Amino acid sequence: MNTLLNGVGAVGAMVLDGLAWLGALAIFAGRGVFCLFRPPYYPRLVGRSLLEIGFFSLPVVALTALFTGMVLALQSYTGFSRFNAESAIASVVVLSVTRELGPVLAGLMVSGRAGAAMAAELGTMRVTDQIDALSTLSTDPMQYLVAPRLLAGVIAMPLLVVVADILGVLGGFIVATLRLGFNPSTYLVNTFANLRVEDVASGLIKACVFGFVIALLGCFNGYRSRGGAQGVGAATTSAVVSASILILALDYVLTQVLFAK
Amino acid sequence: MTTPKIRIRGLKKSFGDKTVLDGVDLDVMPGTAMVVIGGSGTGKSVLIKSILGLVTPDAGSIEIDGENVLTARRARARQLRGQIGMLFQNGALFDSMTVWENVAFALLAERKIRRSQARDKAVSVLATVGLAENVADLSPAELSGGMQKRVALARAIAAEPAIMFFDEPTTGLDPIMGAVIDELIVDCVKRLGSTSIAITHDMASAQRIGDEAAMLFDGKIVWSGPARGLLASDNPYVDQFTHGRSAGPIKMALRR
Repeated sequence: MNTLLNGVGAVGAMVLDGLAWLGALAIFAGRGVFCLFRPPYYPRLVGRSLLEIGFFSLPVVALTALFTGMVLALQSYTGFSRFNAESAIASVVVLSVTRELGPVLAGLMVSGRAGAAMAAELGTMRVTDQIDALSTLSTDPMQYLVAPRLLAGVIAMPLLVVVADILGVLGGFIVATLRLGFNPSTYLVNTFANLRVEDVASGLIKACVFGFVIALLGCFNGYRSRGGAQGVGAATTSAVVSASILILALDYVLTQVLFAK
Repeated sequence: MTTPKIRIRGLKKSFGDKTVLDGVDLDVMPGTAMVVIGGSGTGKSVLIKSILGLVTPDAGSIEIDGENVLTARRARARQLRGQIGMLFQNGALFDSMTVWENVAFALLAERKIRRSQARDKAVSVLATVGLAENVADLSPAELSGGMQKRVALARAIAAEPAIMFFDEPTTGLDPIMGAVIDELIVDCVKRLGSTSIAITHDMASAQRIGDEAAMLFDGKIVWSGPARGLLASDNPYVDQFTHGRSAGPIKMALRR
């Protein structure tokens, strides 16, 4: 009986911890967003974060998208050729990339790159008192450190996803024409024949949300880190893990909302 | 009677079931240099972090210029606390910035000067702590511990704060560098006419930089008096602490 109760207690404690975490995250997000709308503004810091999140993530995102497009074309060919539907490959590639794989894979890559870097940087600033030092120098750390990163995340991710979309389609095009013997112009016509604005737009909306999530969890975990090098390491890990899970979960929710019939 | 610059009454703070501050009363008169001594983990840092607003106390009051910052409106509390300059134990310099950007940080944040003038101002502040212009463009990581401390001091005094806090200013420095830093601290505080609180467990340093002293033990102030009298006090706690005896009323908890 006692062991059973202990088990129930442990589950209850976990649920409570989870709720407390979510509550703290929501408050943190609210404060961060609020800081965006009141002066002082830090355009210079937004620019630096944009460079960090957007520009320096270009190579990983580009390579991921290119290979994803290539493998998509190859995989759908082996599947679709069994029932003579090869002409659908172009559509499958472009729709999968713009609606799903572009934003999700870019999100996961950026979370591993930029989200982890944010958590490590803010975490180190926390454990070396630099965040406390900011408040003693008439600067709100939420406004100075968190708000610019949130804004940069929301701006940078859609731009990265545009690049991912183009390179994903290009990857599919390369494999289809060079490897599978498709006619280049037919393939391109097929690509755009079934593509609608909302396919691309939905991907970009997802990208904005994912960008916010990545920056939010990077900052949140870094900001709350405790206890030296180990704490910073733990903050970095949980920034990437929690952002990745949230991206995948929100991807489902957003798809449901955007394409609800 | 003049109002104390800082007046603390019944300040309490616990972390979980561990009580750190258990009713601290402390007055610091304007222009006075107060040193708070006490062993590691007795809540010295929590005390000044409470005044700075980095830690929220559970109970009690903290008055700056006669106004309670814990109950004041947010903007007013920020204004009152804005008078405080803080020297952190390990400097807490921003490692993503150069030395001069660190020093000019508060001035730029408060929009007191333009960016183009900031470097010149920072160089002149660095000169007051004995650093030449050639360190201005280095990054903090390129400096020795003593130089980092000087830069941190320069950053804390750049906005000419009315109140200065020093968190273990000599810890981690060799005795000579410690004495040099102490001298700079006394110099800066006197020149700016600031009120200061230093926390330390370095007795030599405490006597050099303090006018008044208070000893924190078990979450309370157990003794206060002139810093000069630290070594000759008849208080058993102070006596044991200043002379570094293992026997006495203070029992070190070797295990927690």
